[in-house]
Amino acid sequence: MTFLRATFFRSLYAILLLIAVLVLNFSMMHMAPGDVADTIAQSMGGADPEIMAQIRADYGLDQPFLIQLATYVGKVLNFDLGFSFFYNQPVVSLILERLPATLLLVLGAQLLALTLGVVLGVISARNPNGMTSHLVTGLALFGYAAPVFWTGILCLIAFSLHLGWFPTSGMRDVTVAGGGWAKLLDIAHHAVLPIITLCSVYLALYSRLCRTAMLEVLGSDYVRTAKAKGLSARQVVYKHALKNAVSPVITLAGLQFSAVISGAVLVEAVYSWPGLGTLAFQSIIARDTPTILGILFFSALVVIVGNLLTDIALRLVDPRVGGKQ
Amino acid sequence: MKNSHNSPLLKVENLRIELTTRDGVAPVIDDLSLELRAGETLSFVGESGCGKSMTALALMGLLPEKVGRVAKGSICFNGEDLTTASPARLNEIRGNDISMIFQEPMTSLNPVYTIGEQIAEVLRRHRGMNKAAAWQRAIELLDAVRIPNPKNRVSDYPHQLSGGQRQRVMIAIALACEPKILIADEPTTALDVTVQAQIFDLMRDLGRELGTATILITHDMGAVAEMAERMIVMYAGRMAETGPVQQVIDHPRHPYTKGLISCVPHLLAQLTAERPPLAEIDGIVPSLKDFGRDECLFASRCERANEQCRNQRPPEVGFSAGQLSACWQAEDV
Ligand SMILES: Nc1ncnc2c1ncn2[C@@H]1O[C@H](COP(=O)(O)OP(=O)(O)OP(=O)(O)O)[C@@H](O)[C@H]1O
Ligand SMILES: [Mg+2]
Repeated sequence: MTFLRATFFRSLYAILLLIAVLVLNFSMMHMAPGDVADTIAQSMGGADPEIMAQIRADYGLDQPFLIQLATYVGKVLNFDLGFSFFYNQPVVSLILERLPATLLLVLGAQLLALTLGVVLGVISARNPNGMTSHLVTGLALFGYAAPVFWTGILCLIAFSLHLGWFPTSGMRDVTVAGGGWAKLLDIAHHAVLPIITLCSVYLALYSRLCRTAMLEVLGSDYVRTAKAKGLSARQVVYKHALKNAVSPVITLAGLQFSAVISGAVLVEAVYSWPGLGTLAFQSIIARDTPTILGILFFSALVVIVGNLLTDIALRLVDPRVGGKQ
Repeated sequence: MKNSHNSPLLKVENLRIELTTRDGVAPVIDDLSLELRAGETLSFVGESGCGKSMTALALMGLLPEKVGRVAKGSICFNGEDLTTASPARLNEIRGNDISMIFQEPMTSLNPVYTIGEQIAEVLRRHRGMNKAAAWQRAIELLDAVRIPNPKNRVSDYPHQLSGGQRQRVMIAIALACEPKILIADEPTTALDVTVQAQIFDLMRDLGRELGTATILITHDMGAVAEMAERMIVMYAGRMAETGPVQQVIDHPRHPYTKGLISCVPHLLAQLTAERPPLAEIDGIVPSLKDFGRDECLFASRCERANEQCRNQRPPEVGFSAGQLSACWQAEDV
């Protein structure tokens, strides 16, 4: 009951937050010089002031700021993110078209990093002076220090150019015919390096945090109780200790999820991965306001949904979370 | 049952436990011998830092990894030496034949599992019960440790329980498999006074019911007098004195025991529910790195101390009924 109540209030709060984000985004874009009319005029190779004024009237750009804002918010709440003149299609369909590529990249990297990070963290915590422990420390240092685009370029040079194991860019190879398994395999082949590159950042964070959390939990009184019950080492570590140690890792993963698109931009740029990051990058260069606003809005949505999911995951793992309202 | 009358259930001989710390290796327990017979209650008393908890952990085979180790001696349970037993064998014994209750009820239960699961788990592990049977038994055990409304409380999480209730759950876990030995390490230190008496009553009643032998570690001389048949007074990792409780309290043969008793003035007059903790004897327990010295470690705090006390470790002097005192002047105390 308290859980449902809490979820309801959090959702309400999330919607208010979204509207605030919308207002902020729109205001900032409004303050920036240049608008759609400029872009259209540019694409036509210049236009005289009369035509410019006509375009502005057509798109409601001559209206007062507040009216424009209200119109925009109203449209967005009806899932209408506007129309991109640069790509010549609705922003919503543009985003949905690019979303799967980014999801594949981000979810793949997150999942890999979470699994590997927890496993490495647990192994190194059980043997703090062992090889794995040093590996985790080294990995974390590398992950923190190396910029992700640099790691990406390094991987490209090593595994694509020199070893020729993986393609250098894109998500599909046009020469690979057919659908089904051939297509899937082709995509997977293209995805390996981008996923590993993005994963390197997360892995550093998760393995390090899991190691620290696990070390603390392994020294706790309830782990001693578990040992005193005569449970096997495996049960002590994976049943009693791990469930307590993953809470901070889940929290961090949730926070990272919030940076989905910003994190993906650089990796997508390096590998010309046709996802939202690339779209964001291109639309900024093209001053494609509706698309930029759409992506910003979508990012905010991801952050909020990510937080909600994190909250639910934490409640599932730790009964103390949100117990008292 | 028959053979346990002749040979002790637990026999510890010349046990020496060393801790590796930054200051080097020090004997946190030195030359400790004891016997525990089936159904008997033996009490450990001594100030903080004397090595009481270390002794308990050593008996459980749970010395802190890479820090503590058994350097000498043996711990024989039913004739089997636990110091050389395999980890798998120790896991069979722990929680089943020998159980332990810890000093810190607030943190000794796992916060992310229900108390029912934490009780049921030990039954599934050692009794091979299935999920449903173990859960049912967990409810009965909660009832046995006098937690009201056990059917509803069984799916509570530890944070929903008070300290006293958590310690009751710990007792339920420890007694679930009807162990032969229960080690209770200051089970009431963290609880308030009224709850302390209840927990002691509970332990005594259940212990008698199951015929469990108890090793009770405590600061509480009143509890010792009430609960235990024999006692061991520890000082700085060594046994200062041991013997039947009444005899030791009436005629202590070690100045340290005498000090401990005089700190509890009401003890001789009446043994009631009022149990103030031990007051301080002047001076402090020497630090761990000095535990290995060849001298009486109590000498610096003892008004009787002479040259011999400061230069040579005293031998154990025997008296009637198995009373022993490690003091150069035991006869005169
Ligand atoms: N993990 C450890 N590493 C190093 N030294 C330790 C460790 N645990 C305990 N000690 C030391 O061992 C000595 C004995 O500790 P122990 O916990 O057995 O005392 P105690 O008699 O149980 O005291 P208390 O009444 O406070 O519980 C103390 O000097 C303590 O500092
Ligand atoms: Mg202790």
